[in-house]
Amino acid sequence: MSDDCNQDSLVQKIPTTMRTDILDGTRDVVPILIAVVPFSAVFGAVAIESGLSFAELLLTSMSIYAVASQYVMLDLFGQGVPAWSIILAVFAVNFRHVLYSASIGRHMQAFSGLQKAAAFFLLVDPQFAASERRAASPGLRPAYYFSYAACIYITWIASNCVGAAFGSLINDPSAYGIDFILPLYFTGLIAGFHRRPGFVAVLIVSAFTSLLAYFTVGSPWHITLGGLAGLATAAALSRPQEAMTHD
Amino acid sequence: MTDTVLLVCLCAAATYLTRTGGHLLLSRVGKVHHRAEAALNAVPVAVLTALVAPSIATDSIAEAAAIAVTGLLALRFSLVTSVAAGMASVVLLRILAI
Repeated sequence: MSDDCNQDSLVQKIPTTMRTDILDGTRDVVPILIAVVPFSAVFGAVAIESGLSFAELLLTSMSIYAVASQYVMLDLFGQGVPAWSIILAVFAVNFRHVLYSASIGRHMQAFSGLQKAAAFFLLVDPQFAASERRAASPGLRPAYYFSYAACIYITWIASNCVGAAFGSLINDPSAYGIDFILPLYFTGLIAGFHRRPGFVAVLIVSAFTSLLAYFTVGSPWHITLGGLAGLATAAALSRPQEAMTHD
Repeated sequence: MTDTVLLVCLCAAATYLTRTGGHLLLSRVGKVHHRAEAALNAVPVAVLTALVAPSIATDSIAEAAAIAVTGLLALRFSLVTSVAAGMASVVLLRILAI
């Protein structure tokens, strides 16, 4: 492998001002906000229908802030399943975040301890993906991270409230392709990492394993199993000189 | 505190545990092996791919085609352009009912 597969050349630290960080953060998040509005409005409506009070809905969305696992919680809650198994299911659905925090935590040298604690609370899928991209160039700084995060968090809570209040009026988001923004956004970000070592092998193994798990064990295990298979591939393909670059 | 509130708080704690856990574990290790380093560098590609993969196989051709359009365009063009093109193709192909 040539030198440009080396991690060093993938991480370009360029100084940015707080102003550009905030502007870039709020600009990069726009496609996500368009996707978040219908998703979280629907969640608000479903939560009220499932018997949560408005205050409980707010508490759920503000404190858990992980939509897939919130649906799982609602669903199991309605079935009268014991509490410990609901918490276990939430943990399983969110397991991918363990990998997110391990990976992005290495790029948070510019964050204080308190900023890290807050940042990890806000580490949803698009936040992780955009932060990894930002960390590669020009470097991840708190102003970028928190301006991106604040836009999603505020939009998420606000649309939850709208959905809870006007649930029955929500249109079908599939009409404009809005329901499909998130997979497309992630696809675009994945392609942006195509210079990382072992990209094609990791892509193929993760996709294949994810599909296999999806059709056998079922959701949400395809995320964890597909992800771990990809990591194992990257580890197996790794050679010592490629890795000595992180401090 | 009602049972629901308690349950929600415990779910929130479980979620926060996953979001800090990886970093806390890793920062205790110090110097990691080059294979672990390579695995961590692959997290975005591996996990996001695993997240997206079912959309290729479980929806119609329209969704799979849109994924391909966005992925290929993003190799060259900006993220916003690629996602917009993918959305346009999914809407168009759904109208054509492919």
